[in-house]
Amino acid sequence: MKINTKDLTIKRAHEDLVSGKYTAVDLANAYLENIKNNDKEIHAYLEVFTDVLEQAMAADERIKNKKNVTLLTGVPISIKDNILIKGRIASAASKMLEGYHATYDATVIKKLREAGVVFLGRTNMDEFAMGGSTENSAFGTTKNPLDIMRVPGGSSGGATASIAANMALAALGSDTGGSIRQPASFCGLVGLKPTYGAVSRYGLMAMGSSFDQIGPITKNVDDAKIIFDCIVGQDKMDSTSIEQTQLKKIKTKFKIGIPKEVMKENGLSLEILNNFAQSVEKLKSLGYEVVEVSLPNLSYSLSVYYILVPAEVSSNMARFDGVRYGLHVDGENMVDDYFKTKEKGFGSEVKRRIILGTYILSSGYYDAYYNKANIVRDLIKEDYKKAFEKVDVIITPTTPGPAFKVGEKINDPLQLYLEDIFTVPANLAGVPAISVPAGYKEIDGVNLPLGLQFFASQGQEDILFKVAKDFESK
Amino acid sequence: MEIKDIEKLAKLARIELTDIEKQTYLKEIGSILAYVDQIKGVVAKVGEERKAGNLRNVMRGDEVTNISDSNKEDIVREFPKKEGNYLKVKKILDN
Repeated sequence: MKINTKDLTIKRAHEDLVSGKYTAVDLANAYLENIKNNDKEIHAYLEVFTDVLEQAMAADERIKNKKNVTLLTGVPISIKDNILIKGRIASAASKMLEGYHATYDATVIKKLREAGVVFLGRTNMDEFAMGGSTENSAFGTTKNPLDIMRVPGGSSGGATASIAANMALAALGSDTGGSIRQPASFCGLVGLKPTYGAVSRYGLMAMGSSFDQIGPITKNVDDAKIIFDCIVGQDKMDSTSIEQTQLKKIKTKFKIGIPKEVMKENGLSLEILNNFAQSVEKLKSLGYEVVEVSLPNLSYSLSVYYILVPAEVSSNMARFDGVRYGLHVDGENMVDDYFKTKEKGFGSEVKRRIILGTYILSSGYYDAYYNKANIVRDLIKEDYKKAFEKVDVIITPTTPGPAFKVGEKINDPLQLYLEDIFTVPANLAGVPAISVPAGYKEIDGVNLPLGLQFFASQGQEDILFKVAKDFESK
Repeated sequence: MEIKDIEKLAKLARIELTDIEKQTYLKEIGSILAYVDQIKGVVAKVGEERKAGNLRNVMRGDEVTNISDSNKEDIVREFPKKEGNYLKVKKILDN
């Protein structure tokens, strides 16, 4: 039978699978067919797994026996290539790990596997998640399915493209400074960056360890919640993971704050401002009280982020030295092996951040940059804390504009960094944020999606789901 | 910053860079540093006092937790060079 994958959601697929309208094998076949037809052009996948149908058969078995059936049983999902699946290649789109096979399952994979998810394949990304366009992949750029001249965003650009081109029903990505929310916004999807520590990172390749989180990318808010509910929770294998403290009683009325500093951001086009104003009106018409809040140190976010992240990157990347796993290039002696291996294995953005991070952490500059950035990070956290005493949710645009063209920004790293202006604050403050579609900007006859971003205080994902769903359904 | 500074950093990070890479990074890192320099002003205003906040170390005992040998073979298989079950590296000290 023909399955309409375009309008399918996790919820609908679950109902159809349980009612026997089609099987998990039918569903998997529909997605494999779409991949066959579309992915040559889009290049969302680095690998499509050969055992997809076997996984689907196992899911059908569970559904048939009505045993261990969850909302995710039989649901075909794509996985970003920096999340480990035992026995599979996990390359982080880097030549460094081109032939590396993961030796264990990430905790999120274990949880999804237990829920009966069908893993379709591993998706393209910026190398080691460094970038915002997938142009930094060592294996070629992913194209935005809505306009193939444009990038899908990044670093989880393969993940979002896989959904936008109906080649997966949902995806897992990772977000260090916007890598889930920005590509979700560029592809007209929903993307959640959970609270720092809400989801275990055991089995996620570390980039900026005080920032990284795994999160869902989906077609709607309900689906994001379904995946989040499956992967959330403290894990003894990740010492930074925490138990979510739930509100005793979920309020029914939420107050929304607009940071006045955001609207003064330089270079924000009139169209983005108008689009944002429309979103505010929509929320008001839904009965929400909208007030102004102040985040005085917000304008330092990018500077803080691009000091702390390279510092953490330079430490985290040091493990890729060709000794225990991954690429090994022979040099004259053991130390020379390191030099040669890193030269061959890393692409230019990774090297740039390693060099910058090494500078920032070197004696003489450590105080000037790293320590000062940490002080300002605390100020930003403090700003959010104060703002959340006044309001339950804060909103901003997700990005300063819609998807840009392939090649447009890749030669100016600073310009590309400035794209992250609205997304990095959530990672600095460790708070959850969700991006939902909020209209379009028409360029060259194509409607390019824009995103609206909702922030809540730590552990308050449920508020985000509630408000974002209200916004989405109108 | 000069080319020799980039060379020094590359040496510290144990990465070989081509001459073109050195030139590009010199320029790009210069403009990134010029941008992030804005934080120095704000710290001058608030002072260098830093609170630890809610962050704390999470420790565990130094005990073997990985009791099963289930993925030993998988790990050994990923060694770039090996002899039997041993990871093989070049000699570290010259005679």
